[in-house]
Amino acid sequence: MGFIPNKLSDLPAGAAFEGGHPTTHTGNWRIFKPVLNKDKCRNCLLCWIFCPEAVIKKGSDNVEITYDFCKGCGICANECPTKAIEMVKEG
Amino acid sequence: MGKREFINGNNAVAYGVKLARAEIVAAYPITPQTKIVEQISEFISNGEMNAEFIKVESEHTAMSACYAASCTGARTFTATSSQGLLYMFEMMQFTSGQRRPVVMANVNRAISPPWTIWLDHQDSISTRDAGWIQIYVESAQEALDTTIQCFKVAENKEVLTPVMICLDAFVLSHTEELVDIPEQAEIDRFLPPFEPDYKVDVNRPLTIAAGTAPNLYMEFRFTQQQGMLKAINLWKKADEEFGRLVGRSYGGVVENYKCSDADVILVTMGSLSSTAKDVVDSLREQGTRAGLAKLRLYRPFPEKEIFDALKSAKAIGVVDRSLSFGFEGSVFSDVKAALYNNNCCIPGVNFIVGLGGRDVTADDLKKMYDKLQYIQKNGKAEQTVEFIGLRWSE
Ligand code: SF4
Ligand code: SF4
Repeated sequence: MGFIPNKLSDLPAGAAFEGGHPTTHTGNWRIFKPVLNKDKCRNCLLCWIFCPEAVIKKGSDNVEITYDFCKGCGICANECPTKAIEMVKEG
Repeated sequence: MGKREFINGNNAVAYGVKLARAEIVAAYPITPQTKIVEQISEFISNGEMNAEFIKVESEHTAMSACYAASCTGARTFTATSSQGLLYMFEMMQFTSGQRRPVVMANVNRAISPPWTIWLDHQDSISTRDAGWIQIYVESAQEALDTTIQCFKVAENKEVLTPVMICLDAFVLSHTEELVDIPEQAEIDRFLPPFEPDYKVDVNRPLTIAAGTAPNLYMEFRFTQQQGMLKAINLWKKADEEFGRLVGRSYGGVVENYKCSDADVILVTMGSLSSTAKDVVDSLREQGTRAGLAKLRLYRPFPEKEIFDALKSAKAIGVVDRSLSFGFEGSVFSDVKAALYNNNCCIPGVNFIVGLGGRDVTADDLKKMYDKLQYIQKNGKAEQTVEFIGLRWSE
C-alpha cells in the first residue's frame, strides 16, 4: 500500500499513482499508535471505512492495521464499537 | 497524392486535425480562431470525422475537458486565441504537468486593452512557461502539416507534453492559399494511434494529478523538463519523416534560409518569415549577404540550432511581435541566451514590430537589414531595442 519511488525511473509520466496512493511516509507523523486487540475485533469494518488514510486491511477474522502511512489520528479507535483499538503513545 | 484546395489557415488546421484522427475536440469560440472548430464540427456532423465535439461555456472548461479527455486516452484537440488562451492558463498547467499530449491551435491575436482582435504574439508568448511546446508556422500549408506533426511529437512516450501550434491571426487564419491535403493513408503511416501507458480505467484505478510532498515534486518537474528537451530532436526527426512520407518538410526546428554565408541575419517567427525571405532574395541580388533564421520551435528553445544558424553572422536582428514590458522582446532575450551559452557574442538588435496587427512591410524589413549592415560596419548598435513602424516616439 502506498508508493515510495527510489529512483527517477520509478516515477510515472505525470503524478498518476495506483488508487489510494500515499507517496510520503506519514507513519512517522504519529504520536499515538492504534493497537488492535484481535480478540475484541468483530470484523465489522467500521474502522476500515473511516480510516482517512485507507491503511486498515480486511482479513477473514479481523482487520489489520498497517503502519507506514498511519498518521495516528485515532479515528479508528473512536469509531470501534467494541473498543478493540487502543491508542498507545509512541515510545 | 491528395487533393489541392484553396483554403485559409483555419481550414488547414481543421484538415490537419481530421487527418490526425483526433477523437475529442472541446472548444469555445473566439475570433479569429472560431473557423477552426466550426470546420471541425462540420466534419463531425457530416460524418467525415469520427470524433466527439464537446461544447463548453468557457475556455477554462474547454481546457479542463481536453485534459480529462486526454486522461482517458483519447487523442484530443482544441483551439483558441488571445483572451481565451489566457483564460485557459490554469488548466494548461494541469495538462502539461500531468503530461497529457493535448494539441491546441492558438491563432495569435493581441491582448486587450486597448481592445483589439488583430495579430501579435503577446498571447502565446505570455504562456511561454506553462510547460507547453510551442511551434510557429509561416503558411496555411505549414499549419496543416505541422498540426499533424504536433500529435506525433506530443504523444511520443519520451516527450508526453502538450503542443501549441501558433498561427498568425488573419494573415494566416483568414487568408486563402492553395493547400495540398494529404491522403489519409499517408498520414496513417506517419501517425500511429495514441496508446498511452496509463489512462483512466475502471479495472486499474489511478489517482491522477496526485499530491506530492516536497520529497517528490522537484523530481516530477525535472522529468517534465527532460521530456520537453527531447522534443527538439524528435521534432527534427518527425519533420524529416513527414518529408519522406508526405513530401514536405520545414527545416526541422529552425529553418535556415541562406544563413550559411550571411553577414546579416534576421530571426523571425510566423508569417512574417515569407516577406523576410523575399527581402533576403532582393538584397542578395544587390550583393548584400543577408540571411533569415525562421524559428519554428520556440519551446523547447532550440539553442544549438539557432546558434548554428547565426554563428557566422557579423550582426543579427531579432524580430519580436510581442514585448516583455520593462525589458525587451522575449525571443531576443532567448536568442542572446543561446549565443551566450555557446560562447558567442555577435552584436544584435531587437526589433519590436507589428503589435496589435500593424502591418510589417518589405520596406520595414529592408530597413532592419540596413540597420544590421550599419552595425556590421560600426561593431555595435546605437540602441538595443527599436520599435519599427512607430508613428510617434515623442
Ligand atoms: S489512527 Fe487514523 S490513520 Fe491510523 S489506522 Fe486509525 S484511522 Fe487510520
Ligand atoms: S471497528 Fe473495531 S470491531 Fe470493527 S473491524 Fe475495526 S477494530 Fe474490528
